Amino acid sequence: MKRNFADLHLRLNLKDPATASRIINKTAKLGYHLIAVPITPETSQDETTKLQRACNEAKIDLATRIDIKPRTQNELTYQLRRLRRQFEVICVTCENKEVARQAAKDHRVDLLNFPSTDFRRRFFDRAEAELAHKSLAALEVDVKPLLVLEGPARVRLLSSMSREIAIAREFHVPIVVSSGVSGEMQLRRPRELASLAFLYGLDETSALEAVSQNPMAIIKRNREKLNHRFVAPGIRIIKEGKD
Amino acid sequence: MKRTKRRYLALQVDSDVAPTPKEFIDAVWSAVTKLYGEYGASQTGLALIDYNEGEKKAVIRTALATVNMVRTALASITSVANKEAAVQVIAVSGTIKALYENLR
Repeated sequence: MKRNFADLHLRLNLKDPATASRIINKTAKLGYHLIAVPITPETSQDETTKLQRACNEAKIDLATRIDIKPRTQNELTYQLRRLRRQFEVICVTCENKEVARQAAKDHRVDLLNFPSTDFRRRFFDRAEAELAHKSLAALEVDVKPLLVLEGPARVRLLSSMSREIAIAREFHVPIVVSSGVSGEMQLRRPRELASLAFLYGLDETSALEAVSQNPMAIIKRNREKLNHRFVAPGIRIIKEGKD
Repeated sequence: MKRTKRRYLALQVDSDVAPTPKEFIDAVWSAVTKLYGEYGASQTGLALIDYNEGEKKAVIRTALATVNMVRTALASITSVANKEAAVQVIAVSGTIKALYENLR
């Protein structure tokens, strides 16, 4: 069966539509079927329309994503309540343990991300994995740090990521491998993205799933939920009658 | 002695300026050595088979057992001869003949 590949973290500068369009075209050429671009609440409607048009021209599916960085549990729940119905993917960058735990517990969170270079603030441990497994949140791993870091910093990154991936696999937490890049030259083909994930200890099948099935499952689930006909998982309105 | 199985990889170099064959293979060796060390690199049996400077396409050979290692190292290349670049794997094959047929 042919795989559909997705990159859920493509950082585009929406203020520069020409470059954004070039990167989108290249992504389509490299073999991706879907990309998710982080959009901030401040992004104008015009910028979003241009982005959608560029994706339509490149024949690539676009998913809207928001990255939130709450400082407290309350801030997280407030932002989730406000933003959940507006975006297809919600990623929480966990800056402290309190937020990490709440994000892993909350069903409205799709992706858990941790600061890649600050190793003291990576809170993905066994307790976090157990909570994430129950709420269907996935662990997002960006490959950009692998490309930009060198020497001891990269060694430390590889060691902490391998540990986290091993924990995620033990608790059956879905893993999503994304690029996290903003430049054209940093883009890689989906299979190359998967092969970079080998360095984190993923085997070939799991690495390919992390760039295809796992991200696609999140998008499919959320699109279904955001559909106006959705009532509850497995229940949707098929026909409305008159009173 | 058992025959070593090999794989041939067709590569596309993404860069503004076309690197020379030496600059290209040096970048590949450097990436493999950086990630897997000298011992790991010695297991790969890497060799540059063909390089088209005009099209920025290359064919390299590696041992079957280390294809994934080489793919990872190629994906980690961010510069060739101090110029920003990326190396994409276009095709992988067991024989040079089949590789060129794939590319056609």
